[in-house]
Amino acid sequence: MKKILALLLVAIMLFSVVSCGKTENPDAPASDEKVNVKAALICLHGDSSTYDKNFIDAFKQACANKGLTADDYTIVTDIPEGTACYDQAADLAESYDLIFADSFGHEPYMIQAAKENPEVEFCHATGTKAHTEKLANFHNAFASIYEGRFLAGVAAGMKLVELHGDSEGKVSDENAKIGYVGAFPYAEVISGYTSFYLGVKSVVENATMEVRYTNSWYDEAAEKTTALALIDNGCKLISQHADSWGAPTACEERNIPNVSYNGSTVEKCPNTFIIASRINWTPYFEYIIDCVREDKAIDTDWTGTLATGSVEITALGTAAAEGTQEKLDEVKKGLADGTIKVFDCATFTVNGEVLTSFVADVDDAGDYVPETEVVETANGITFVNESAKRSAPYFNIIIDGITAITE
Amino acid sequence: MKKNKSNLKEPFVRIVKRDSIKIHKVILIYAFAIIGGLLFSGLISMMFSEKGLGDFFGSLFAGAIGSERKFWLLLQDTALLLGTSMALLPAFKMKFWNLGGNGQILVGCLAAIACMFYLGGKIADSLLILIMLLASILAGAVWAAIPAFFKAKFNTNESLFTLMMNYIAQGLVSLCITIWVKSGSGVLAPISHGNIPEIGNKYLLPIIMFFIIAALMHVYLRSSKHGYEISVVGESVNTAKYVGIKVDKVIVRTMILSGAIAGLVGFVLAGSINHTISTASANNMGFTGIMTTWLAAFNPLMIILTSFFITFISKGMVEVRKTFMFTNDSISNIVVGIVYFAVIICSFFINYRLVFRKKEKEEVKK
Repeated sequence: MKKILALLLVAIMLFSVVSCGKTENPDAPASDEKVNVKAALICLHGDSSTYDKNFIDAFKQACANKGLTADDYTIVTDIPEGTACYDQAADLAESYDLIFADSFGHEPYMIQAAKENPEVEFCHATGTKAHTEKLANFHNAFASIYEGRFLAGVAAGMKLVELHGDSEGKVSDENAKIGYVGAFPYAEVISGYTSFYLGVKSVVENATMEVRYTNSWYDEAAEKTTALALIDNGCKLISQHADSWGAPTACEERNIPNVSYNGSTVEKCPNTFIIASRINWTPYFEYIIDCVREDKAIDTDWTGTLATGSVEITALGTAAAEGTQEKLDEVKKGLADGTIKVFDCATFTVNGEVLTSFVADVDDAGDYVPETEVVETANGITFVNESAKRSAPYFNIIIDGITAITE
Repeated sequence: MKKNKSNLKEPFVRIVKRDSIKIHKVILIYAFAIIGGLLFSGLISMMFSEKGLGDFFGSLFAGAIGSERKFWLLLQDTALLLGTSMALLPAFKMKFWNLGGNGQILVGCLAAIACMFYLGGKIADSLLILIMLLASILAGAVWAAIPAFFKAKFNTNESLFTLMMNYIAQGLVSLCITIWVKSGSGVLAPISHGNIPEIGNKYLLPIIMFFIIAALMHVYLRSSKHGYEISVVGESVNTAKYVGIKVDKVIVRTMILSGAIAGLVGFVLAGSINHTISTASANNMGFTGIMTTWLAAFNPLMIILTSFFITFISKGMVEVRKTFMFTNDSISNIVVGIVYFAVIICSFFINYRLVFRKKEKEEVKK
């Protein structure tokens, strides 16, 4: 009995610590004089995923910039792409004005929640259905990240020339082979690696690229082994579209240059990091917070660009080739004024022929039937106009020079 | 050297096995463990945030029972975990370590989704749901019967075998999604055919279903001949053989039952809750179920409590993470881990007690 008494005493002491702790926190909200926007972010994973971390950081930044305090916004992580997303969104709709979800598979559940809560704004990254659903409170957003990928590709090409180029800057076919670790054979990934490849090709004309998929957005082990397999297969530079540290660390181990995505990997991979491209979501978050605050309609499909600050390239790593920054500034200017188009049909062929028409599956009705012509001509350049008909990418052709191995 | 007996040092603390323990002591030990674990978790959470312990406990309860929807979800997820535990229970009673709950749920789910994908819209929904039900149960049963067969015939290690079957199930799901989703996104949109109609509300079906299964399992294990055979095989295979129980048959039969119930969980996930599938659809319940089953000492009625407790904590922690703005998975895993750990340590104090060295030697002599 004595022991029980002692234990009880310990418990009481602990509880008193609790109550002390509580009184020491005088952060009770003063008053509700300022009516503010309440915003919530739903993430597929936590910040150990570079993809989600990119959203989390941008969301916090945007909230701080727009004067939202910790009481005005929240972040919910590890919400799977299933009914759990609907439950979470519906729950948040009871106390938040604006809800954003970051993963493709969240879309049907966000739409379901949007239909039931017409007074709350629902925004979704990478989604495809807003322009056909025609709900006033459901919106898609993405960015013309292919421009960032293209720039990263230019930096990669410069590195290849520095490492393997002869006196005239030519790279042998064997050394002009690069590798790419993709998540899924999906338009977002295909569009990404094609623009990256075209960037490399703009510097190294004879570049070829081998693509392998992991069939997962986040699988560190698979991404690493896939990167190693590509290196073993003769790839002289690796880039990736998958969300873990797998590929960058594989490159650091083998001392193979790496072009990253979603954020700089320079800290863990100082010897091999060249550059990374990323979508900066802060401008979009600021835009939707402003829209809700001023009671304006949010764009059904919003595509961020270099101009909006949504498409970013990071600072160059020390491994980058000399003169890369100057070259990037020049290309960036060309992209901004429209004299350079990423998917310029003159720069690539499909099955040996120049592309003159491409009908893409822009309206995602679930039937996989393409219906929208996306090849256009402007400034005398014929090009595939990516992310113009809807924000999410739709370029899904495998062009010549790229071998995609579906595993 | 042994001049004086009293020189023999009695250890400061000894561990003594308990002969029996009163139920109020068990409850007290668990209450201390849970409160202690939660307090400790709360303190750790405070270290990483400006919020206080009050916020921690407030969010914990708000997350689990804060609104009507949350309350129903709590019951629904408790029921799913209960169902999974019921699938594992007969195998565990037989000392067959079925670590393949995830895989068995997943193939059950996949079988139902495959029916929805290929037959949806072509036959009446009521017929479709019936086919889904049979397919799920069959798939789960087959997935469990394979390792059982090898255990019975060749005495292969069932833990490794069932564990490996999980990965094969995940691979199958991945493969099917790749074939079905032609855009290559790897995400199967919810299928509108073969959705099990709501009874009362959309949460009630699994709740009723798995509570009934728990009751039936209780009767099956306690009062049926099969249940008796399972416990004999679990106690000693040789005894079982001696009294004329066909051990091979019991192993395979019990695992078929185990897999069939797991398949049923998959059926509910596919037909009633998600209407779609991913490699993570089983939500790791196959492993969480091991904990609920063990904590309850293989008692089906106690499993209802452990399932409720674990679901309560995990639901509450989602809200805690939201309040404390923990975007890092690791911190919340630490916190949940501490609570579970405290509860698991309990079982030690229920089986053993600590005896401290007495101060006054005279007392010892008496």
